[in-house]
Amino acid sequence: MTETMDTAGVEAGTSPLSRSAWDRVKLARHPDRPHTLDYVRELMTDFVELHGDRTFGDDRALIGGLAKFDGMTVMVIGHQKGGNTKENLARNFGMPRPEGYRKAVRLLHHAEKFAIPVVLLIDTPAADPGIGSEERGQATAIAESLLTMADLSVPSVAVVIGEGGSGGALAISVADRILMLENAVYAVASPEACAAILWKDSARAPEAAETMRITADDLYGFGIVDEIIPELIPASERPREAIATTGQVLRRHLHEVVTAFPPGSVASIGPLREARYRKFRRIGAWSDWQPDGIATDIFDPRSV
Amino acid sequence: MRDFFHRRGKFRPLVTDDDRPEQQIPEDLWTKCPGCQELLYSKELERNLHVCPKCDHHFRLRARDRIALLVDPASFAEWDIDVLPKDPLRFVDPSGPYDRKLAQTQSRSGEPEALITGGATIDGRRVGLAVCDFAFLGASMGSVFGEKLVRAIERCLADGVALVTVSSSGGARMHEGLFSLMQMAKTVAAFAQLGHERIPHIALLVDPCYGGVTASYATVADVIMAEPGALIGFAGPRVIEQITKQKLPAGFQTAEFLLEHGMVDLIVERSNLRPSLARLLDLYAPLHHQARVDGRSEAVAFATAGAEDRRD
Repeated sequence: MTETMDTAGVEAGTSPLSRSAWDRVKLARHPDRPHTLDYVRELMTDFVELHGDRTFGDDRALIGGLAKFDGMTVMVIGHQKGGNTKENLARNFGMPRPEGYRKAVRLLHHAEKFAIPVVLLIDTPAADPGIGSEERGQATAIAESLLTMADLSVPSVAVVIGEGGSGGALAISVADRILMLENAVYAVASPEACAAILWKDSARAPEAAETMRITADDLYGFGIVDEIIPELIPASERPREAIATTGQVLRRHLHEVVTAFPPGSVASIGPLREARYRKFRRIGAWSDWQPDGIATDIFDPRSV
Repeated sequence: MRDFFHRRGKFRPLVTDDDRPEQQIPEDLWTKCPGCQELLYSKELERNLHVCPKCDHHFRLRARDRIALLVDPASFAEWDIDVLPKDPLRFVDPSGPYDRKLAQTQSRSGEPEALITGGATIDGRRVGLAVCDFAFLGASMGSVFGEKLVRAIERCLADGVALVTVSSSGGARMHEGLFSLMQMAKTVAAFAQLGHERIPHIALLVDPCYGGVTASYATVADVIMAEPGALIGFAGPRVIEQITKQKLPAGFQTAEFLLEHGMVDLIVERSNLRPSLARLLDLYAPLHHQARVDGRSEAVAFATAGAEDRRD
């Protein structure tokens, strides 16, 4: 765990343009960076947290509940890291166990039942890799969350606010819009894990981070992220500013999807699912040799 | 004390347990079983579907051998062989650039990518088939894997045919970064469509199956089968040991462990796979037909509901 907590060494005032991917990893993991509950407190009112998966327990690394945002009731679900070691121990460093994902699925179904749009805040190093998590079906819990999100009958907007750590992050990110803070990262594996496997040395994480293309800029370019939320001064230094900007961008996207696919209207469910399927269906980079002999390169989904 | 030696990962031999099954005794005449250490006559092993006759250890199979084992002879027609991988990140690690690694892997494995898809019959029943080839970069799931699987799902959707997936994978392919991670969402989303049409997805998990594949399409199947002794999980055992500093219990992450914890429907011996699949396909066949009739009436109801909505 010591490696994933590495946050030291990003100097204040480093020019945003000169920030390396590794600098952004450190910013994304900064203990002073606002976490899910900070966003809920600042942007939403009347939050009622809903606990438990009704099967085994309540996961404090993944929280959710109902709140008022922009004049409407939303279901807000997010990973929750702690601000210090004590909190982090209670929150399992923001790494959900299967109970967390099963709670997410329960709350997603709840949102569907009452036709409430969903806001997801993404901030996790990874899904918990412990023995108990394996015994209770971590893989299945994540997969079912993916399926529930892909098939959701209400609109959803996800915001990567800090660390988008692999499947643990994706599990609650299959949304109609994916937004990302400028200094957040979103990756298929942690740079440490990637370096440990391919470089045979987790200390080479900074190099791995560079080649993995995990910054908001990279992912916007790949057509995976819909909008980058600017963070002129890192959120760890000016949390309220970053939260306020996030609120504006989130409000706009949520308004758009809710207008296009009104929750509660049966007629909008089919087109909503169809639009979401198309969004994820096109993501990838492959080449395809057509029978007529013309090579089609499908690389930038934005150009399709 | 044993733990002390265990943790010195750096000094461990480079040959891991994962490599051992491929280890061959001179001339491939004899094969040592990693399960019971017996020397087995290779021809006999082959006749026994690559299952150790002494201890029932199921050896890993290449995708083409797996297909031959599961479907009727000469019934397999491959799909999308022209969907080929790219190097979107221009990924470079100490072993070199990813595109070079791809070319090397393609020539060494004889396969263009890690997933082979196609249509076939199982004892006369039409099915779609998607089979992982672990010899191709650990059958890691990248863009081509996801795209070929989604196209296979869409074909099964159009033809109303069940899909059988055979998964064995190290997880998402790191060399394609977030494109790989997104294939988890993309394949699951396609399976959601298949589910709406009540077309069954039968998943067979074989050794080893981990990470992004286990945590996506493979475990949202309608029926999950596993081969005896297969290792299946989310995080790999070494990662869990390193992070939790705990010794893993005996039998951890085996198919039997998953069955006991309620994560798979059934464990099926290799020799019994084809009849089991045929029986299941038959059980779904009448429902499936019903679903297609119902599907039409549902579509009508849906349109009516929409019209009411507009009146409001």
